[in-house]
Formats: sequence, structure tokens, C-alpha cells
Amino acid sequence: MLEPLSEPFMQRALAEVVLLGLAGGALGCWVVFYGFSYAAESLAHSIFPGLVLAAIAGAPLLLGAAPAIVLAAAAIALVARIAGVGRDAAVAVVVTTMFGLGALLALAPSSPPGIESLLFGDVFGVTDGDLIAAAALALLVAVTLRLLHGRLLIAGFDRGTARSLGVSPAFADAALLILLGAGIVVAVQGLGNLLVVAVFVGPAAAARQLSERMLPMMLLAAGLAALAGVAGLYLSYYAGTAGGASVALAIVAIYLVFLLIGQLRGSSLPRAGATIG
Amino acid sequence: MPAAALIEAEGLAAGYGGTPAISEVGFTLQAGQTLALLGPNGGGKTTLLRALLGELRPLAGRLAVTARCGSVPQTERSRLDYPVSALDVATMGALSGLPWWRRPGRSEREAAATALARVGLGELAGETFGRLSGGQRQRVLIARALVQDAGVLLLDEPFSGLDRPSSEGLEALIGDLAAEGRGVVLATHDLEQARACDLVLCINRRQVACGEPAGVLDDLAVLEATYGGAIVEIPGGGRAILPPHHHHH
Repeated sequence: MLEPLSEPFMQRALAEVVLLGLAGGALGCWVVFYGFSYAAESLAHSIFPGLVLAAIAGAPLLLGAAPAIVLAAAAIALVARIAGVGRDAAVAVVVTTMFGLGALLALAPSSPPGIESLLFGDVFGVTDGDLIAAAALALLVAVTLRLLHGRLLIAGFDRGTARSLGVSPAFADAALLILLGAGIVVAVQGLGNLLVVAVFVGPAAAARQLSERMLPMMLLAAGLAALAGVAGLYLSYYAGTAGGASVALAIVAIYLVFLLIGQLRGSSLPRAGATIG
Repeated sequence: MPAAALIEAEGLAAGYGGTPAISEVGFTLQAGQTLALLGPNGGGKTTLLRALLGELRPLAGRLAVTARCGSVPQTERSRLDYPVSALDVATMGALSGLPWWRRPGRSEREAAATALARVGLGELAGETFGRLSGGQRQRVLIARALVQDAGVLLLDEPFSGLDRPSSEGLEALIGDLAAEGRGVVLATHDLEQARACDLVLCINRRQVACGEPAGVLDDLAVLEATYGGAIVEIPGGGRAILPPHHHHH
């Protein structure tokens, strides 16, 4: 069990997935309750052209991902304002355009090989810079979620009444989406463009099966995500499977186990909108 | 000198994007009074409640609200699958009084526990909100407004979906809270509940009538102007409003 720990590349990978897991798991609980899972998926895919351009230029991926996510968010806001185009459709249009653009760039004959690591991640190739970014993300998420906890709780509970309680739902949305964007931009290096969404949705969805309070749910999700990261890396080390995909699979496996436990306990809360006399 | 009224509206118009959804609304609510707000769906009840909360600026007329208004929405609008306890929900009422960087602490949670005890839910403070009955959830939201230190409670159809005992218990609680000097505005479709209030205000995009229940509710012309044809005579006396399409959000 300890043998992989002697490998420096494995130590860095473990540190990366634990940091990303802690941040992604805790933030993911809010993503799930605010209905931002689709937004997470979309934001992740829409930064693909930025990643490809950064890879071609030999620059840190962060420098390509950050402007791409801002561009995608602005484009979604703009397209959604065209009469007759709903928000869902606007997201779909922008994401496919951005992802297609990235694929065109990636598949051009002049592009360097190894672009697939952008899609599936290169968790064993994380740099010191990546680790610092992951640590900064974990700190940013922890501090912001702690400061905004009460406000996020109110706006997520009942948007209609939030304002009368001194909370702007639009502010809560914006704060979460900015954190989510930052999380995706940082996590994409390790987990890849196609799999990064797993860490923001899976552990939270699993924790939701067992917890009926927000704070314990966030702690549980953070722990599960870190655990899944470690388990995935060990799987990858011993079975020779791809790192990012192994982590994503471990997350899904944990989710399925918790789903089963939740079903067996038969104690799930009523869904929103159900009325009881 | 009599104490200032909690709410004074005069020729009030309010609405969205410059178009009034209600107009010519005028009434006065004194401390300790309960006011039933009657009107069809889409008739402007919610618009008036939002104006009282200060979320909509008057487009015309005058509106003076001298006490903090606490909103008590229909519980179907809040999420039942949300990971919060009754105490968590009641504590939400303390947040608007705190600077933005401060989280509710021990004194806020104590205030929330006291408010829950006040509405008869002291024992259930630790229960998950979504596991409470409809009447209990309504009480939790009233406790949240009490934590907000609301001098006026704005209740949006608090009795909808409740069985008779829950409904009667809630009515008694509302009466007690008014007796302590709070004002209560209660949007409802139930003419019997309205009759138990001190004042009745009928609106259908504009004010149809306002006054004591006997005068307003016994005037068929007023009810017809408020609800159109959706009124039935109940055999053996009394009238009721045909249940409107119940909007579940």
C-alpha cells in the first residue's frame, strides 16, 4: 500500500486529487442544490479551445482556460438575450461551438500530439504550479463558502423570500458560478475536460443520500471526493488504467454505493413541491 | 396621541416595469390588527405583498410602512428536499441584522429556538424541515419572521393544504401574535378565515372594497367585482369562493 507513495509523481498526483477533492466535494453540494450540474458540465466543455491554444503555445493550461471560461459565460449571457432563445438552448449553442472550435484546433495537422491529455487529464504530470493553484482553490472555496454559508442557504431554500431576508439570489448565483468556474479551470489539468465535472457532482450527490444537514453533507462530500481521488490513483497505479478516468470511475462507484444505501434505508426526503397535509 | 399606524396606503399603485398591477389601494393597519387580503389569482395580491416588503416602489400614491415586514410564504415554495432543520430555517431570520461577514452564532440560534418555542415547535427544532407537516412548516416560517423581529407578518395563503386541526391551531397562533401588538396581513381565498379578521381588503387589479368583514363580505356586489362569477352560495347560508386553479410552484 505504501509503495506508490515513494514515487514523487504519485505524491504530487495524490496531493492534487486530495486538494481538488476537498474543494470540489464541498462546492459540489451547492452546485447540486442550486441546479448548476448542467452549468458545470457546460463550462468545463466550453474551455476546450483555450486549453488547446495554451498547449500549442506551450503555456500553462490555466492561462488558456481562464479567458475561455469568461468568454463562454459572456457568450451564454449574450445569446440567452436573443428573443426566442432560451437559456438551455443558449448554453447548448455556445458549448458546442466552443468545443467544436477546440476540436478543430486540436485535430489540425500542425497541432502537437498528446492533445488527448486535455480531454482526459494528466494527473501524473501535475507541476508545482498546478499544485499551488489547487491549494489556492481549496483555500478560496473554504473561505468563501464559510463567509457566504448563511446567504447561500437562504437563497437556495426559497429564492422568492430571499430578498426580504436581506439576500440577493442573483448575488448568490454569481458567487457560486464564479467559484465553480475557478474550480473547473484549476481541476481540468488533473481530471481533463470531459471528466472534471465528476468531482463537482458525484461526491455531493452521494453525500446527499445520507445527510440531511448542509454542513455535514459538505464535509462528507469533501471526504468522499478526496477518498475517490486516492482510490482512483491507486487503481491507476496497480491496474495501469488512465489516471483521470480512474478517479472519475471511483467517484461514480462511491455514488452508486451511497445511492444503494440510501435506497435501502428508504429514508430519502420528499422531493421539492410535494405537499403533505 | 394615538400610536402611528403600522401600514398606511393611499392611492397606491404598484407593478412591474412601470405597468401597475394594482392601483387605487388605500388602507390603514394598526398595531394588533389582522387584515384579510382577498382577490383572484393574478389579481395583484402578491404585488401588494411585495410592495409592502419594499421590493416594489410605488408607481403612484403613498405607502408608509413603519414596522419591519416579515414574509411568510406558502411552504410549497420552499424546498422539502433541502438539508436544513427547523432551527436552521428559523435562524435565517437573523441574517439580515448581521454584517455580511458574520455568520449566525449562538445568540442568533438561541433567538431562533425561542421563536420556535413561541410557535409551539420547541420540541421539533432539530427535525428536518422537509419531514414536518404542512402546518408545522408554516409555523417554522412564522418563527423565522419573528426572529426577523417583524412588526407585521405577511402570510400568503397560510391555510392552503392544511387539515382542520392544523388550520385552527394556526389561526389561534396568528390571533395570539396579533394580540401582542403585531400587524397581520393574510392573503387568503377562504371567506370564513377572512371573516375572523379585523379588516378585509378586496383587490382585483384595483381596490374593490376595504372595511370590516361584515360590511364587505355580505355585499354580493363586492364579491362579484372581486372574483367574477366564481362564487357559490352554500346551502344553509354562507358563500364560498370556487377554488381557483391551485398553483403549485
